[in-house]
Amino acid sequence: MKRSFPLVMLLALSFAPAARAANEADYKAAYAAAETASKEAAGMRNQWTTTVSTLAAAKKAGDGGDFDRAVAAAKEAEALAKASIVQATSEKDAWKAMEIR
Amino acid sequence: MKAGSSLLLGSLSAALIAFALTSPRVVAADKVDPAADAKAFQNFFFQKFPDVKHEDFVNGPYSMNEDMKRQWQEKEEFPPYEFALDAGKEMFSTPFKNGKTYADCFPNGGVGIRQNYPYFDTKEGKVVTLELALNRCREANGEAPYSYVKDEMASLTAYMAYTSRGKPMDIKIPDDPRALEAFENGKRYFYTRRGQLNFSCASCHVQSPGQRIRAEILAPALGILNAMPIYRSEWSGMGTTTRRLMTCNSQTRAVPLEPQADEYRDVEYFLSYVANGLPISGPGARP
Ligand code: HEC
Repeated sequence: MKRSFPLVMLLALSFAPAARAANEADYKAAYAAAETASKEAAGMRNQWTTTVSTLAAAKKAGDGGDFDRAVAAAKEAEALAKASIVQATSEKDAWKAMEIR
Repeated sequence: MKAGSSLLLGSLSAALIAFALTSPRVVAADKVDPAADAKAFQNFFFQKFPDVKHEDFVNGPYSMNEDMKRQWQEKEEFPPYEFALDAGKEMFSTPFKNGKTYADCFPNGGVGIRQNYPYFDTKEGKVVTLELALNRCREANGEAPYSYVKDEMASLTAYMAYTSRGKPMDIKIPDDPRALEAFENGKRYFYTRRGQLNFSCASCHVQSPGQRIRAEILAPALGILNAMPIYRSEWSGMGTTTRRLMTCNSQTRAVPLEPQADEYRDVEYFLSYVANGLPISGPGARP
């Protein structure tokens, strides 16, 4: 993975408005993708608290039948999880830049 | 040593940009040299804060701020950790159901030995912290382990720290590749950025000690474990090392690891080793 992947862009993506009203299938797909990414982040021991809370918000909206909101939150959670994966990957070497030596 | 007011927010935006731009200075094929690391670590702080007496670094935020230090010295006359200390002493002298005591699990009856923790256990091949050793002692004697973040554990370590006050931290790295690896892993954990705020331990405790984050003054990383466990008003009680590390993780919006995770054990090993020679000052009291 490229280190310079722009995190800011990644986060911005999640705020693109949905073109049509989302349905349950959209929500389930978006949620599954977010969950996969968040599990990968957890496996790298680099989960963000905001991924967890945003994923929970997606679930809550989905359970309540508000699929527009649920899809938006799931996409945001996925973006957060992916950013944390980029961070963990880049830090495998980047941590040395901060070392006192 | 300016008290930057919006360190957190300022660094957040800076961090996001830096994150996208960093091109790390990659040093190829580093050899692990803990003694050299400790020397460099101590020199960094001694030079950055030439007015701070070396043995004062173990007093966390108080070493960085004269006003706070005065308030703290007044507080020390009726220290808020005294209750925990008494409880710890009592627990130490109360036998388990099998008649044994904590003293039976530790060298020198557990008195005056805090400065030797954590240590690398060559049998297990892992770092053993004082908190872990205490719970193992309980379990070996048929008692349920204590929560790593709560009062009982803090009382026990408070008592053990108190009997060791003034003794120089004395962490050994045995001649065992796994011990060197644990040290290196701890070092990596310390410098690795994590959480949505993209902070490492070093972002706060190396780059910004003395600065203010919300109401708190950041402690320097040098000797940062020597005062544990600590009383904090914000916790309205005592907190263990585990509790402090988990809190620091959450502050960067990183999900904390499980208590006594290998990473926590290793970072304790690293931070304690680089503080070798600096006195134990625990238990501590924080505003
Ligand atoms: C966002 C900044 C921040 C980061 C990152 C951070 N901490 Fe902290 N830490 C604090 C604050 C604030 C306190 C409370 C004030 C103080 O004592 O520094 C604190 C206190 C501590 C203390 C207690 C010091 C004392 O004497 O009271 C320890 C130990 C500690 N941190 C270790 C760590 C470790 C290890 C990491 C990396 C896992 C870490 N911190 C990451 C902000 C941070």
